[in-house]
Amino acid sequence: MATLTPGSIITQRVDNTHDDPTHRAPLVLGGKDFMGVTDAVAVNAERKAHLIWLICFLISASGAGLFFGLIGYLFATGVGVWGNNQPIAWGFPIINFVFWVGIGHAGTLISAVLFLFRQNWRTSINRFAEAMTIFAVICAGIFPGIHVGRPWLAYWLFPIPNQMAMWPQFRSPLLWDVFAVSTYASVSLLFWYTGMVPDLATLRDRAKGKISQIAYGIASLGWNGSSRHWHRFERAYILLAALCTPLVLSVHSVVSFDFAVAQLPGWHTTVFPPYFVAGAIYGGFAMVLTLAVPCRVWFGLKDIITERHIDNCCKVMLGVGMICTYAYVLEFFVAWYSGHHYEQFIFANRAAGSSAPGFWSLIILNCVIPQILWYRPFRRHWLPIMIAAMAVNIGMWFERYVIVVSSLSRDFMPGSWADFKPTWVDIWMFVGSFGLFLTNFLLFLKFLPIVAIAEVKTVMPEAHHHPHHDDDHGDHAEEETHSNGEAH
Amino acid sequence: MSVIDAPITESLPQEAAVGDDVKVYGIIAEYDNVGDVIEATQAAYDAGYRKMDVHSPFPIHGIDEALGVKPTILPWLVLGMGLTGMTTGILLTTFTMTDFMPVPDAVPTNFEGYRYLISGKPFNSFAAFIPVIFELTIMFSAYTAVFAMFLLNKLPLLYHPLFNSKHFRRATQDRFFLAIESQDRNFDADQTAAFLKEHKALSTELINE
Repeated sequence: MATLTPGSIITQRVDNTHDDPTHRAPLVLGGKDFMGVTDAVAVNAERKAHLIWLICFLISASGAGLFFGLIGYLFATGVGVWGNNQPIAWGFPIINFVFWVGIGHAGTLISAVLFLFRQNWRTSINRFAEAMTIFAVICAGIFPGIHVGRPWLAYWLFPIPNQMAMWPQFRSPLLWDVFAVSTYASVSLLFWYTGMVPDLATLRDRAKGKISQIAYGIASLGWNGSSRHWHRFERAYILLAALCTPLVLSVHSVVSFDFAVAQLPGWHTTVFPPYFVAGAIYGGFAMVLTLAVPCRVWFGLKDIITERHIDNCCKVMLGVGMICTYAYVLEFFVAWYSGHHYEQFIFANRAAGSSAPGFWSLIILNCVIPQILWYRPFRRHWLPIMIAAMAVNIGMWFERYVIVVSSLSRDFMPGSWADFKPTWVDIWMFVGSFGLFLTNFLLFLKFLPIVAIAEVKTVMPEAHHHPHHDDDHGDHAEEETHSNGEAH
Repeated sequence: MSVIDAPITESLPQEAAVGDDVKVYGIIAEYDNVGDVIEATQAAYDAGYRKMDVHSPFPIHGIDEALGVKPTILPWLVLGMGLTGMTTGILLTTFTMTDFMPVPDAVPTNFEGYRYLISGKPFNSFAAFIPVIFELTIMFSAYTAVFAMFLLNKLPLLYHPLFNSKHFRRATQDRFFLAIESQDRNFDADQTAAFLKEHKALSTELINE
């Protein structure tokens, strides 16, 4: 057990992954004090960009450039450049939309749900995960936007009175999506930014260059750490967390309604909302691990994002992975139990028909490979964790592919059946969306506080006033009664 | 880092006296741990100081009681705006999708909705409107939580006298500052500084307006 009193700084590796309930494991290692935590995080924004960062940035930025170039090509030529056809009118754009919006769920889940449950370990990874949410939702929002056929008329989706007296159709699940995703994106952005203001003030106070002083100065809004401000800040933060918790569950439920409200076999399932939410959290946590495991090493954050944090993420991923597996099985059971021929056919076809390769990939990647994380030493080593996380990242994309393509390609009438073949534009747009995501994420890693500095400090033992254990101030025992807050 | 790492045990010179033409904002006292700043704040409150604040790199639990901070009205604002959002959602959906709502003559025609039968759903299909109503409720509440919080905190604020102090830069890093304003009726530059030093302040500094 590490004790983090200033007199006994322990610098050797401490195992904080033990589950002994009588000892609370430290969340910050390496004997760091408040300044140590500040230094460890802020130094990443202060020092010059690393060569590897520059190379990664150039690659990602070219990916983002490719993405926007292909969007330009799509606008100039028309949606025929995609492999979308009849009956598979949804194709890659909607698969990618559901995929990206799913990745965007872990951030708000870590920030809001774990905050409400007083899971203090979230503080080291929440900033990170929230940034991931924002950038994933940006990617997610672009796809349906360019999928509407005439993207310059996408504003028709908003309830704006216009000269044609055209109102959007509020009974349509696609419109619910517009409301859900735009609310989710903007509220997540506010949540992220609000939490970042005190840390931006930290960067402002440490900044040396004129430009960074002005930029962080404006971004931090003049935050000065006043306790009256902190009081309202904390209240606003808990309110936001309480509002984001139902929001995060509602968003992917609404995305699942896009499918579940249809009459198509294979989509028309009541398990869809919880199943989609679990899938989103599964994919999101996989992406959190994919990004956190290398970053904690490259950015010198091993003492703040500790093995315990990675271990906990692995356990959450295992848990929601089991929920997903259960949902896959349940879908087959309900198809069989319903006695509905079309439903039974679509599921038999999913496992043995033209989309069987996709289906079995998803089963192996989502249900089988991540089970290696049950083995404790594997949750401590980066390689098995990365294998499991990458398996889920890919598997979750296949899950959306199978849902969209297998049901649409084999509907009620054999006469309208068709197979789906993506074009090069489809594939490179998907690759390019990763470029956009990583470009944003690398900029975040370079210029913003990548760990919630203020929040990490609150979960350190020094942040709490324990008069009876305070050796340095034992001679002022008569003042201790003031600390319990009941003096007046 | 030379400024930040300046020795903190000795008090800074307090040249700007009250009689000078510069106005004094107040005195800040520096502490390096949570316990001392809570005790000093409590002592200052008991000594009758009211116009004071503690500046810290993270929220200190127990400081609200010591400072006498009253609970914020923020939750009530959020509740009010959440209900407004819900009402907006209900009105928007039913007004545009059903025709049972009486439309005043003053409403321009292009604000009116229309009857359009989709999949045999009833015109007033309230269940289908719930996602929109729900999202608008959350949207109004969450925006209020953030923007009302910043407005109540009087942020954004691009100048504050405390930023004149170079020591104060550590308030967002690892130090805790108790600031007593000159507006306080018990304020006296020398006595207040002495009082703060008595209560384990590492340094005290007079801050000009």
